Amino acid sequence: MEAIFAQFLNGLDKGGAYALIALGLTLVFGTLGVVNFAHGALFMLGAFCAVTFRRLLTLEQVTVSETELTPWGSPLEIRVPYAEQWFGDFGQVLIDYSVPFSILLAIPVMLIIGVAMERGLIKHFYKRPHAEQILVTFGLAIVLQEVVRSFFGANPIPQPIPSSLVGAADVGSWLGMQANQVVYPWWRLVYLLFSVVVIGGVFAFLQFTTFGMVVRAGMADRETVGLLGINIDRRFTIMFGLAAILAGLAGVMYTPLLPPNFHLGMDFLVLSFVVVVVGGMGSLPGAVAAGFLLGIVQSFASMTEVKAIIPAIDQIIVYLIAVIVLLTRPRGLLGRRGVMEN
Amino acid sequence: MSKLKGGLSRRKVLKTAGAGLVTAGVAPSIFVRGAWAQEFCNNPTGDTVTLGFNMPLTGAYADEGADEQRAFELAVEHLNGGGDGGMLNTFSSKTATGNGILGKKVTYVTGDTATGSDAARDSARRMIERDGVIMLSGGSSSGVAIAVQGLCQERGVIFMAGLTHSNDTTGKDKKRYGFRHFFNAYQSGTALAPILGEQYGTQRRAYHLTSDYTWGWTQQESIKNATEALGWETVETVLTPVGAGDFSQYITPVLNSGADVLILNHYGFDMVNSLTQSVQFGLRDRQANGQDFQIVTPLVSDLMAQGAGDAMKGIYGTSNWDWQSPDEASQAFTKSFGAKFGQPPSQAAHTCYVQTLLYADAVERAGTFYPPEVIKALEGFEFDGMGNGQTLYRAEDHQCLKRVHAVQGRENPQSNFDRLETVAVVERDVADFDASLFGGELGPYDAAAC
Repeated sequence: MEAIFAQFLNGLDKGGAYALIALGLTLVFGTLGVVNFAHGALFMLGAFCAVTFRRLLTLEQVTVSETELTPWGSPLEIRVPYAEQWFGDFGQVLIDYSVPFSILLAIPVMLIIGVAMERGLIKHFYKRPHAEQILVTFGLAIVLQEVVRSFFGANPIPQPIPSSLVGAADVGSWLGMQANQVVYPWWRLVYLLFSVVVIGGVFAFLQFTTFGMVVRAGMADRETVGLLGINIDRRFTIMFGLAAILAGLAGVMYTPLLPPNFHLGMDFLVLSFVVVVVGGMGSLPGAVAAGFLLGIVQSFASMTEVKAIIPAIDQIIVYLIAVIVLLTRPRGLLGRRGVMEN
Repeated sequence: MSKLKGGLSRRKVLKTAGAGLVTAGVAPSIFVRGAWAQEFCNNPTGDTVTLGFNMPLTGAYADEGADEQRAFELAVEHLNGGGDGGMLNTFSSKTATGNGILGKKVTYVTGDTATGSDAARDSARRMIERDGVIMLSGGSSSGVAIAVQGLCQERGVIFMAGLTHSNDTTGKDKKRYGFRHFFNAYQSGTALAPILGEQYGTQRRAYHLTSDYTWGWTQQESIKNATEALGWETVETVLTPVGAGDFSQYITPVLNSGADVLILNHYGFDMVNSLTQSVQFGLRDRQANGQDFQIVTPLVSDLMAQGAGDAMKGIYGTSNWDWQSPDEASQAFTKSFGAKFGQPPSQAAHTCYVQTLLYADAVERAGTFYPPEVIKALEGFEFDGMGNGQTLYRAEDHQCLKRVHAVQGRENPQSNFDRLETVAVVERDVADFDASLFGGELGPYDAAAC
């Protein structure tokens, strides 16, 4: 029972990441009708916002010791981050909490990147076939990852968990189970909570604001909204920026769990598309539901007991589910009638 | 006597022809060292000789690859007479004098194995065919080492393996043209088991997470056999894909498995990720079966310890070499490397540096680049002054036999380079094993014209 619950938590944690990425992906598809293969690259760029922010915070003043030597006989270099020199203890806290603080950098940066991407390139492909959209956005993804590679190198760059969130919580005891039977890392719980809050925020924004109402109307019938004199294109551009922010934030908070490298986006891209297809193209609740569902199923499939019955099932389970869903329910779990059917 | 046209007699013709045959057939072996020089792959004919260094510059073992590249650069510099000479000053064989190899200046080309066998073979083939390398070295994966040494055997190019720890490299997949300086998984088990028994007792239940390729399999088998011989029970062995990144789905089942030891048969970024994530899951602070839960990493390096940071504290493993070893050779190498690159060398750097020097020395002793003669010079070669004490390149399997370091993560490191501490040096005779234990055939000496 405890093992199953622990894997369930694992699945929620993975599902949170899938859902966040897929939500942005399906938002772009639902509003602009664009199949954006560069969405994974936005996740990667968000992760590198965290890397950049930490690098800025840890820029160091280097002084050479006159008395101490390294074991290889060179003068010892003493390095002190400027942030610590200028801000003292607060500087240390800034460095320690660099990952959550980097959200402040990631939001404007990702908004600018998203809007620039949509205005500079993607808007020219609105009326082109999906195959051309896929080609151009995939090409853009490759360009973006090579740019990151040239600046940051090819190796993963670990990002630390804030010191107060290192270690694991005894989740089992919260639920009345025996102590220490189900423990789960604090940062993974933070990530899960973060993804739930962000997803809730996006739904609330679309549901309870005038802007959101217009966007939803535009998603349902773009032409009629346009005939009412509303500039729906401008709102959709902002939605592209919002989708970029979502992917970016998912990337920022994921860095302590998986050290980012230039290829991170591609690793998540295929899975995210599977999530969108399983959830239903253009369906926001479908993307979220499928994200969590596939995360949980993937986690259970990696249990030793399951793999003893079907070896390596954890590597293919997500795609197997996609095949089954498409065969039995071609619109996906919560797909809308008419989407991608013409 | 019959006269041929032009005034030549038959006697003259026969004499000339006979002299010519003698000159062609015998004189080279008397007057020219390297008499076999015409018929082998990439025979260096100019003033330079080119070596090929094939390393993981990307992928899960990229940190090791970057350090290997530094070591090769330093080795070539020393062979060409630059720098302070490093281990050339301490090496027991004094043939290499900083004048290149057989008087030819050493140049090199590099390739990226991307921590994958296919990419490694492509890169190696390119260096052999396009760049004309006479020797290949490097790599940080046994899968890569086995793939590349197979290619080298076909092409007749000597492969001085970099970091490869699988029993198969000099076991069932050994090749006449492949040489391994690094120790193997069996020796890790031999060195580590007594310490594990002493520290953690004999009533333990172990859970293995293992990289799913040749190194992981043999590492798991060796440490499993060694710990079961202590009396430990193996609860479960689980294979994980190389470069998995997020190991949470593999770590979660450990919690309720009844195990009280987690053995991570991982290397490079995989080990850094699996170890840090295991610690995040609270395994190190856990109690199981009335004992403190323990984590073991059978093969560990300074680079991985740096990547894992505080998660490495107190954890046992083994290493091929330790830059803090007090012997003169290790200190000479550390000094050279540190002065040039501002950091101490890793065990991957050490083994690559030593392999390059050993190849150069073997060529000098053989007096030729002709691979079969160089191979014979390496086979059964006893040497010292390379940081591992008295060492033998065993002829039967091309495995170096030498000391093995049992290490532990320091509780209070003085710097990020000081995260591992040697807790025991297992002598060569203890770490020795039968050359036929892991099977395989070395194959022929025949040189190939590539």
